[in-house]
Amino acid sequence: MSDSAYTQMLDLACGAFLLAAVVVLWRRDLAAAVRVFALQGLALAAVAALLGWHEDRWDVLAVAAGIAVLRAWALPLLLRRALSADGAARETQPLVNVAASLLSAAALTLLAYAVSRPLVALNPTPATRALPVGLAVVLIGFFVLVTRRRALSQVVGFLLLDNGITAVAFLATSGVPLIVELGVSFDVLLAVLVLRLLTTRMRAAFGHTDLDDLRELHD
Amino acid sequence: MNPAATTVVLCAPVGVPLITAAAFAGARRLTAWAALVSPAAVLACGVTLAATVTGHGPVATGDRLLRADALTAWMLLVVGAVAALACAASPAHLDRERAAGHTDDRGARQYHMLVHAFLAAMCAAVLAGNLGVLWVAIEATTIVTAFLVGHRRTRASVEAAWKYVVICSAGIALAFLGTVLIYYAARQAGISEGSALDWPTLVAHADRLDPDVTRLGTALIVIGFGAKAGLVPLHAWLPDAHSQAPAPVSALMSGVLLAVSFTAVLRYKVIADAALGPEFTRVLLAAAALLTLALAASVLLGQRDYKRMLAYSSMEHMALIALGGAIGSPLAIAAVLLHIAGHGLAKTVAFTSSGHLLHLRHTTRIGRVRGLLTRAPGLGAAFALAAVALLALPPFSLFASELGIVRAGFAAGMGWPTAVALVLVLVAFAALAARVGHMLLGPPATTAEPVRLGAAAGLPLAAGLLVCAALGVTTWPLTHLLTDAAAIIGGH
Repeated sequence: MSDSAYTQMLDLACGAFLLAAVVVLWRRDLAAAVRVFALQGLALAAVAALLGWHEDRWDVLAVAAGIAVLRAWALPLLLRRALSADGAARETQPLVNVAASLLSAAALTLLAYAVSRPLVALNPTPATRALPVGLAVVLIGFFVLVTRRRALSQVVGFLLLDNGITAVAFLATSGVPLIVELGVSFDVLLAVLVLRLLTTRMRAAFGHTDLDDLRELHD
Repeated sequence: MNPAATTVVLCAPVGVPLITAAAFAGARRLTAWAALVSPAAVLACGVTLAATVTGHGPVATGDRLLRADALTAWMLLVVGAVAALACAASPAHLDRERAAGHTDDRGARQYHMLVHAFLAAMCAAVLAGNLGVLWVAIEATTIVTAFLVGHRRTRASVEAAWKYVVICSAGIALAFLGTVLIYYAARQAGISEGSALDWPTLVAHADRLDPDVTRLGTALIVIGFGAKAGLVPLHAWLPDAHSQAPAPVSALMSGVLLAVSFTAVLRYKVIADAALGPEFTRVLLAAAALLTLALAASVLLGQRDYKRMLAYSSMEHMALIALGGAIGSPLAIAAVLLHIAGHGLAKTVAFTSSGHLLHLRHTTRIGRVRGLLTRAPGLGAAFALAAVALLALPPFSLFASELGIVRAGFAAGMGWPTAVALVLVLVAFAALAARVGHMLLGPPATTAEPVRLGAAAGLPLAAGLLVCAALGVTTWPLTHLLTDAAAIIGGH
């Protein structure tokens, strides 16, 4: 593959990655959000695979396969199961409406580009030039986390945040060492399992999973 | 020490709690006192490592993934001591929960299993020589303690567990982003892939790291691990989780988990100081410390729940520890480490006795507890002494360490932040003293016979208070370890 084709493919994958985060923000249907999240996982795996291909590194290609399994299959599957147990599949009413959310996403992306200028300047390659995309997804994930009121939407926000960080790790350094990557993936999987169990308990205790009802504890 | 012995001593603090956890998961009939095996192992390894590293310097094993220096040995001793108290208090706690119908045999086994997995994760965090492993271990503590916080399955405890997992996981994710950026800076500085997250290597080559990237990474690290250490802005989980968790677990979380996360910040501080100069982390940590202190003091003024009161007191003490980190001189760091130990012990006694108190009075409202000293003299005395220790009055070690932090602050030219902190500490002091006085004194609500605490429940409380007081009088035989550990963080 020539260098310009590699750059184009990388930019395409990163664009799909960012677009998926924005679509999650746009759709209020939780099942659609989970589908888009799975597609984002694929885009992330494609970014990793492209980097591994470009640098001729088999270990990175193996990690890319692992990412595809975890983020495009296992995590969405868990979310879908939680969703079908949950019944009501729509985000009730996010704290910020869709138009304002999309404008915020644009602002956050600009912020990500501003913040990551020193990161790109340190080693300007096609991969690090795409770094702001990862940071933008981190910020959008945070935005979803704080503005959504359904337990499962918050989990999706947390996972977007995590996808963004993984993307930054790949674009900056072709991924962290394997043992750390394994530990991180395992932790994320467990965190989602924990959150899934907690939503079950929440439903047992409250009858539904609206986070607005979590207000017994205060000062 | 020969390599095989080193490997054993470095792996045992993680391995023995894991084996204990597996034993509790597998064996149906295992006496609750088996829980004391893992704190004993952690303490034994801590003592061995303390003797080794003060004489021969740091030791490492497993491709330097596990490593121990004086700071590690000090933290292992603190974790071991606090865990011994908390595990000794667990059987009494579980018996009461079982009697009240809140848990059964299965719940009790699950409780023990998770507590030991939690211990293993904390020891792994303390022993990690690789910053990636450090991150994985600290995130693992969130996962295992989530179910401990939600152990009772009530509405309030599910709410606390949810907030805990979401806030801490998001915070810790930021810390991971920080780790990735430091790794990126290290790789660009020419450090090989295998050692770019190795702490000693990073410290040795920190002056070659790109300042802008390191600055961004360090800020994310302070916010991220600060979330787990109970520092502003991601502190909101702390009062909820600490008030809902079973008393011995609250003790472990408040006594050591917060401090273990903060030592992660201290490790990064060494790197950031060498790459950027000390000003950057100083400003960050001092701002987090003063904001946390102001928040804790103001909430303490109006607090009506004694478990939440203890939680906010933890935030107050973590803020002081962060202030000591901001000052950063060897004296300040020695005081910080002493403060970690003293706070861990005193807070464990306070939380454990608050668990007994909850059982006795069935309420966590301060206003509904009166005359504790007359109603339950032993418990009242333990709670009173723990409060005296937390108020940093002599002879307890928090007096010496707070004095040390203040002296170091004025000596290092941080007079203003230290003076502001002192005023806020006085406010918190007054609030805490008034609340505890209300609970201890006055006529008891009922005229029933005084309740005896009993030896099994009383011994851990007495032991914790004694050790805390002993540390306040003299740090011998640990003085050498303490100065070595302070030199590792504050000597650059």
